Amino acid sequence: MAGAKEIRSKIKSVQNTQKITKAMEMVAASKMRRAQDRMRASRPYAEKMRSVLSHLAQAHCEYKHPYLQHRDEVKRVGYIIISTDRGLCGGLNTNLFKAAVSEMADWHDKKVDIDLCVIGRKAAGFFARFDGNIIAQTTSLGDQPAHEELIGTVKVMLDAYDNATIDRLFLVNNNFINTMTQTPDIMQLLPATGHADTELDHHWDYIYEPDAKQIIDALMMRFIESQVYQGVVENIACEMAARMIAMKSATDNAADIIKELQTVYNKARQGAITQEISEIVSGAAAV
Amino acid sequence: MSMTMHVNIVSAEKEIYSGTVTQVFAPAERGEVGVMPRHAPMLSTLKAGVVRVVSQQGEEQTFFVSGGILEIQPHIVTILSDTAMRAADIDEAEALQAKARAEAAMTDKTSTMDYAKAKAELLEAVAQIETLKKLRKKK
Repeated sequence: MAGAKEIRSKIKSVQNTQKITKAMEMVAASKMRRAQDRMRASRPYAEKMRSVLSHLAQAHCEYKHPYLQHRDEVKRVGYIIISTDRGLCGGLNTNLFKAAVSEMADWHDKKVDIDLCVIGRKAAGFFARFDGNIIAQTTSLGDQPAHEELIGTVKVMLDAYDNATIDRLFLVNNNFINTMTQTPDIMQLLPATGHADTELDHHWDYIYEPDAKQIIDALMMRFIESQVYQGVVENIACEMAARMIAMKSATDNAADIIKELQTVYNKARQGAITQEISEIVSGAAAV
Repeated sequence: MSMTMHVNIVSAEKEIYSGTVTQVFAPAERGEVGVMPRHAPMLSTLKAGVVRVVSQQGEEQTFFVSGGILEIQPHIVTILSDTAMRAADIDEAEALQAKARAEAAMTDKTSTMDYAKAKAELLEAVAQIETLKKLRKKK
């Protein structure tokens, strides 16, 4: 029974791995619930903010905020890329980076340079190797990101936009559709654009209280903050869901391997017994 | 046919109210505004105070907002508040405590930064208490 011992120890080691993946699956599942609650809670605010901005983009304001002005010539663009801090979450980050890289390739073809602002350790690692000019990065935000931690990073990009270093700003993150599906999403943050709404397709402007500049400035700041924050919480929900699924399939795979090894082990054991019996019988016959 | 408009009240934490109403009152920067359907487009900052909505059945609902932004479109009113809650959810004891705390902080003028923050907190606490008073009077 030479092979049996090795097979047994192999089974043991696969079982240990299975225990770990099972534990990770459960942790991800419970974190996912909380992450989803957080994401759902702040979603209405981000959505309403977007719709207000979309109205504002169509208004003929007396005060044109630079974030609303379309710049025809694009020399440099900025990307805010939100990824996870940890791996083992299936193809989540890879798919996101693929989408971002293919967009960037288009800009490269048009001879437009790119500045990057990365949130999350995975993006930091990936884009450091990829040719990208990283001007800001934040990692280890944890499961409950604070607004303040994000603002610093984003501020760098906004400053770059203000001094016309970059002419467009995009936000790249995963969108949570359901537990099984998460899709990479690239949204143009600046200049803010609206959907063409025929109802608003005439010359109109808001009544401002107290005055246009003050309120639009405040609104733009909140808009950027809410969108980036939403991107981050959405990405966390995606991460947990993707990890849960990845770990579930890893656990299932481990179970399959154990089953196969068990069959091999049983066969080896049976073979050894059969051989022993035949040896005894032939030995007895010889006497 | 009575005219109606859609109102959304959202805070950074959650959606507070969404529904069809005939009238909205909100604490705009330069005093309370009453909004009826087909109001001209308007953008305003909000002070801490009371938001009231009147539904189609004539029922009135009261909310507290700590400040934020009000957007009016002819048939959509959006209130983006920093924190908002249903008036019934305000904890009066908590609000009174916050008021006392803020007042104490204001008399203790150690730095201007603290003073501004304390003042904002005081306004918020006072607005919460006002909201409760209004709610009581109605009942």
